[in-house]
Amino acid sequence: MTQLATFTLADHLFGVEVSRVQEVLRYQPSTKVHLAPAAIGGMMNLRGQVVTSVDLRRRLELPGAAEGSEPMNVVVRVDGEVVSLLVDAIGDVVTVSDELFETPPETLSARERALITGAYKLENRLLLALDIDRAVDVG
Amino acid sequence: MDGLEGMDEIVQEFLVESHENLDQLDRDLVALEAEPGSRDLLSSIFRTIHTIKGTSGFLAFSKLESLTHVGENLLSRLRDGELPMTAATTDALLRMVDDVRSLLSRIEQDGTEGAVDVSGAVALVEACLNGSAVTAAPAEPAPVAEPVAEEAPKPAAKRRTRKPAAPRAPKAAAAPAEPVTAPAPTVVAPPVAPTSVEAEHHPEPGTENPARRTAADSTIRVDVDQLDLLMRLVGELVLTRNQLIQRASAEHDMDLLRMTQRLNLVTSELQEGVMKTRMQPIDHVWSKLPRVVRDLSSMLGKQISLEMHGKETELDRTLLEAIKDPLTHIVRNSVDHGIETPEARRAAGKPETGLLRLRAFHEGGRVVVEILDDGAGIDPAKIGAKAVERGIITSAQLAAMPEREVLMLIFKAGFSTAEKVTNVSGRGVGMDVVRTNIEKIGGTVDLSSVPGQGSTFRLTIPLTLAIVPALTVECAGERYAVPQISLLEVVSVDASRGTTAIEQVSGAPVYRLRGRLLPLVDLADVLGLEGKRRDGLLNIAVLQSEGRTFGLILDRVLNSEEIVVKPLSSRLKGIGVYSGATILGDGSVALILDIQALAAGALSSEGAKRAAAVEQHTAAVVEAEKLLVAQVAGGRRVAIPLDMVTRLEEFPTDKVQHVGSREVVEYRNEILPLVRLSQHLGSFDDGTGERLPMIVSSRGGRSVALVVDRIIDIVEEGVHARSDVDDIGLLGSALIQQQVVELLDVRQAILAADPHFPLDPILPGDPAAAYDPAAAAAEAFSLEGISL
Repeated sequence: MTQLATFTLADHLFGVEVSRVQEVLRYQPSTKVHLAPAAIGGMMNLRGQVVTSVDLRRRLELPGAAEGSEPMNVVVRVDGEVVSLLVDAIGDVVTVSDELFETPPETLSARERALITGAYKLENRLLLALDIDRAVDVG
Repeated sequence: MDGLEGMDEIVQEFLVESHENLDQLDRDLVALEAEPGSRDLLSSIFRTIHTIKGTSGFLAFSKLESLTHVGENLLSRLRDGELPMTAATTDALLRMVDDVRSLLSRIEQDGTEGAVDVSGAVALVEACLNGSAVTAAPAEPAPVAEPVAEEAPKPAAKRRTRKPAAPRAPKAAAAPAEPVTAPAPTVVAPPVAPTSVEAEHHPEPGTENPARRTAADSTIRVDVDQLDLLMRLVGELVLTRNQLIQRASAEHDMDLLRMTQRLNLVTSELQEGVMKTRMQPIDHVWSKLPRVVRDLSSMLGKQISLEMHGKETELDRTLLEAIKDPLTHIVRNSVDHGIETPEARRAAGKPETGLLRLRAFHEGGRVVVEILDDGAGIDPAKIGAKAVERGIITSAQLAAMPEREVLMLIFKAGFSTAEKVTNVSGRGVGMDVVRTNIEKIGGTVDLSSVPGQGSTFRLTIPLTLAIVPALTVECAGERYAVPQISLLEVVSVDASRGTTAIEQVSGAPVYRLRGRLLPLVDLADVLGLEGKRRDGLLNIAVLQSEGRTFGLILDRVLNSEEIVVKPLSSRLKGIGVYSGATILGDGSVALILDIQALAAGALSSEGAKRAAAVEQHTAAVVEAEKLLVAQVAGGRRVAIPLDMVTRLEEFPTDKVQHVGSREVVEYRNEILPLVRLSQHLGSFDDGTGERLPMIVSSRGGRSVALVVDRIIDIVEEGVHARSDVDDIGLLGSALIQQQVVELLDVRQAILAADPHFPLDPILPGDPAAAYDPAAAAAEAFSLEGISL
């Protein structure tokens, strides 16, 4: 059994291991980093700590969010550093059985398949397991 | 406690360290009883005693040295298994430790070893060493010393009983029973307060403490991580304070303002205090250098004496770590390339032993480290030739370069003057790495050299990295921080001139700053930003990096504040334009610009060609000098080279005082002599205004003020002077902006106010040079047929 914190991006439901998540936050104003890789969302002040955010829509090459929508933050720990994932909306924490796990479905784009470890077949939809380390490795 | 204040700092440190060592020793000795043969424990004890011995020898505590010396001998033999561990040896060791402790207490009290008698302990240890005590060992541990004395190791035992009596003569009777039975805690007491033995004797553990607290307990060791955490928290506090101040000043609430003022003060002090805890003396880095110099000089067959001044100069530990390698490299370089062989030195008429002197000191909130050698010095001609040969610069560039800049070429990548590649320097890691590493921590490297007499490297390093003063600026709606350390000045050009102020030289934008062409970098271009704010107003931050000056075009200059530097995420390190991030007063994140990278990227990426074009052009246009135009009596206009102008001031007329025949004003606690230009130029109109505008010229700590009627303008153009003026105090006249302006003989005017003003001498046959400081300035006045 695995516990995943879920969130949505475009129409997809994603999940990351709960143990990697430090916190989830509503929209935070952030500072743009010019010349940074496109997937870098910006930098924000998280209680005095400067945290870099990764725009998952861009990272997954999904269409841009609607004008005026404010992304939420899933703050995760990567190699001792704190990184925020910008997502559309935050979902529940779900416990999934490993039996439901399958390799990435063919319907996904190549980029999406590269960044997810696989999919859990939930009752009514697919839950894509995001590979955090690869997702934030925007090099 | 009083004794401590006068006590030498080294002794103090030694005491602290030794007390810590002794505590360790006690634990080790006790553990040793349980594990008699333990090599580890014996080694540890040996090291401790060895350390104390070494330092005591150095500090000339002869008793302590002789005692620890024999102890060390015994320990080394025990450790090597040459002697068995017996009760007698344990006793001898404990006795030694006790006596060491007595000696240390004594030293702590009055800085001398006093009357403490160590011969007993020495004899006891020696007896063990000779093996005589070993046989007698079984009898030794008896609590009372007297019976032992009748047996074989007589002298040893006897002396042992006598020894404790010595330091506390008043009550010798109590002594004999102590030393063997209850070693560690009891024997220390006697030297503490020999006068009140009665009271002291029972609560011994208690009396031991006050004496020791003076040295050992006045310092504690703290985990470095703990200090880093504190520093981080203080950083947060500083940020919060900044935010609070910003908010409070908008509120007009007096109470709140007062409170924030207090908070401000306390935070500043806390910040300073915490920063101090992270400070370490530079000696931590220097202490390795004598060995480096010794090994290297003996390998190279050189004789070098190393002097170090200012060992106690403190700086942040992260900075110490950062300067370790650059410093070592410079020292190695000086030994290898700087100081000559004894033969060469003799031939040059110098003492055979070369001098390498390190000096560290605080200067203006920064630490300066100088590495001076009295070696062969660096020949700029050689450096220049090599740089051209290596293709680092063109010969045209070299010709236009001041000597100082030529020397600085050794810090360029790909430069090594070593004629032969030795295994000392010239391993590809050159001075460029030194400079890069020093600049990375916000420091600068400078080099001066006199051929034949030696060279001096000068490192200027900030005290700390964590909190730095910075200028916040705005570009295309985003805010950035520019570290003050790189900032020379900010130039604002108003809207009327903004659009024309930028000129192009071979496609590169430049701005004329006091006659020099300043290469420009547009931050918006660098960052690829759109929608620049260009209403004509131009803000240029004049920055310095790697000895080169350039201007950064910005939209707005916002504020000067202390920022807490946060490292960049590893995901952003590759960009190269930012050196870190910080949180501003309003809580938003701002990026810190990496000035070094901006300079390197913008100035060199387009090739040396462009830079060369700019520099050559600079040489060509310098005579277009800036002039300050002022009005004197009768509506006359006079021009003064801006180089001679230090400040413009205005004083109320009634502030003018008379000293003898001269007029002066008091200014910044100095007497500022005046000369009224109108009078100087032959007018008798006194200028009756209530305030006197003045042009202040300062040099070498002296200032004079030239009083004018009105400051009109600063103009910047090639002056077409004419020679039709032959008047007192003037060099000629010129047409500037369709107006006739007289060119003031500044030299004469200044000397009229202060005959001792340090002006450069007039060069014969070169009337223009009379001006100085800049020969360039003089060129503007290079007129034909003017009689001075």
